[in-house]
Amino acid sequence: MSISRGTRVVLTIFAIIAFGFIYVPLGVILINSFSTDKSLTWPPSGFTTEWWGKAAESESVREALLTSIGIAIAATLVALVLGTLLAFALGRYRFFGRESISLLVVLPIALPGIVTGIALNNVFTSFLGGLTIYTLIIGHGTFCIVVVYNNVIARIRRMGGSVEEASADLGANGWRTFVYVTFPLMRSALIAGAILAFGLSFDEIIVTTFTAGPGITTLPIWIYQNLFRPNQAPIVNVVAAALVLVSILPIYIAQRFSNADERGGGLI
Amino acid sequence: MTTTTATPRGFGYRHPRLRLAGLLSAPMAWLVVVYLGSLAALFLTAFWTVDDFTGQLVKTFTMKNFQQVFTNPAYLGSMLRTVSIALLVTLFCLVLALPLAFFMARVARTSWRPLLIAMVLTPLWASYLVKVYAWRAMLQPETGVLAWFLDPLGLSSPGYGYLGIVITLTYLWLPYMILPIYAGLTRLPDSMLDASSDLGAKGGRTFRSVVMPIIFPSIVAGSIFTFSLSLGDYITAQIVGGKVTMLGNIVQTTYVTNLPFAAAVATIPVVIVLLYLLAVRRSGALDNL
Repeated sequence: MSISRGTRVVLTIFAIIAFGFIYVPLGVILINSFSTDKSLTWPPSGFTTEWWGKAAESESVREALLTSIGIAIAATLVALVLGTLLAFALGRYRFFGRESISLLVVLPIALPGIVTGIALNNVFTSFLGGLTIYTLIIGHGTFCIVVVYNNVIARIRRMGGSVEEASADLGANGWRTFVYVTFPLMRSALIAGAILAFGLSFDEIIVTTFTAGPGITTLPIWIYQNLFRPNQAPIVNVVAAALVLVSILPIYIAQRFSNADERGGGLI
Repeated sequence: MTTTTATPRGFGYRHPRLRLAGLLSAPMAWLVVVYLGSLAALFLTAFWTVDDFTGQLVKTFTMKNFQQVFTNPAYLGSMLRTVSIALLVTLFCLVLALPLAFFMARVARTSWRPLLIAMVLTPLWASYLVKVYAWRAMLQPETGVLAWFLDPLGLSSPGYGYLGIVITLTYLWLPYMILPIYAGLTRLPDSMLDASSDLGAKGGRTFRSVVMPIIFPSIVAGSIFTFSLSLGDYITAQIVGGKVTMLGNIVQTTYVTNLPFAAAVATIPVVIVLLYLLAVRRSGALDNL
């Protein structure tokens, strides 16, 4: 290949700097969580694990964490059902309006979160009589559909219909074909989609702000509420650091079920 | 009944239209009724007003809200500032992502690629809010990391403000630009680069005439995210923006007291993003998302 040695060296140095740009802020978060300072100060003046202990004991942090997990599970289930149905409809059939639907499903994440947020907020408060935990799940489910849809439709495109036809030729009915042929082939795509949907919901703050009922505090909302309180900085630092560490886990799992290649290297 | 057809048996398979309707009804009910319905209601509201005394909605059609956005210098300034931030963020992301993606796809050893991709993906999964918070620590005037690093060099930290917002948003959306470009570059056959150099093209010419046309849809796909996500952001401005406000901040502060006006302001980024999506749909970029 025709890349000169000089270009290679320059690109390598550039890559090291770019990865530095990507990782230094995350490193700062981790280091700050062990700092003895009670406000955001660099460099830290001392080392302590006191704040990690305090955060682990914090009732409000634990409640927020459980709320976040519960909502993310519910939103993921909604997205799994709706995203899979949609993927089969668009992946297996040709019909009028198919292109528009593929655009519609991307819309909830392509449009700014604040637009989705106040649109749903307006409808929920006017027609459903107010915000609850269910309106929050509806909000999250809406933008999670696309990640499941994208994973499943990529698998359908790659798989084709021939194995199902083979199953039918061997005498299996529709249900049997689904249980023994279609579902096992779909499983890893569904798992990858579910992980992405869970992560998307767990992390979401803007739509959450506008669709959560009063008193419902997810982990991002908890951080947001405590961000500007000066005496809470050490605990916020610890929660932030914990979230950075936890974020490595889905990457590891998603790599195992990775199907980035079949999605053409797509993101979602 | 004897049949020799190779299609699976069962009610749905003999009635593909019904089967399609069965598959589509639930997701379409959700996306069209709940989501599109809400958006439609919001845009309708943008043409209404609120009675100043009673606080009640006045449901008569008027362009007043939009006139106010486009004539009030404060709102107009905020709008132009938001668009300029979104454009700068997209440009910064592109400038950083192109060489990095090229390094990942073409310079680094093939065996390193999964690790490099994981290194780009990991920060994407770190919480949005945590990353903005990290930049609060980075950008803080005097006691921030950048101040600590730059002050001895005679430079000063950008601090909280316009540049702080641009840097933070660039940081947030950078992976969305790197990954599509990387994917586009891995699809580029070596033989095309060889052919280009055999025909006498230098590096720059090959990049313009061979590499760019192939990765253009990837760049557009990435820019949809960097541009659109920046246009609607308000939390970054709250945390690292100092006194600088974006369109999202106006929406957020007005929607409780004056929903029609907030709706009108929120319509602006939507119209910009939709025009952009329609313009790029033909390029095939949407398949790269």
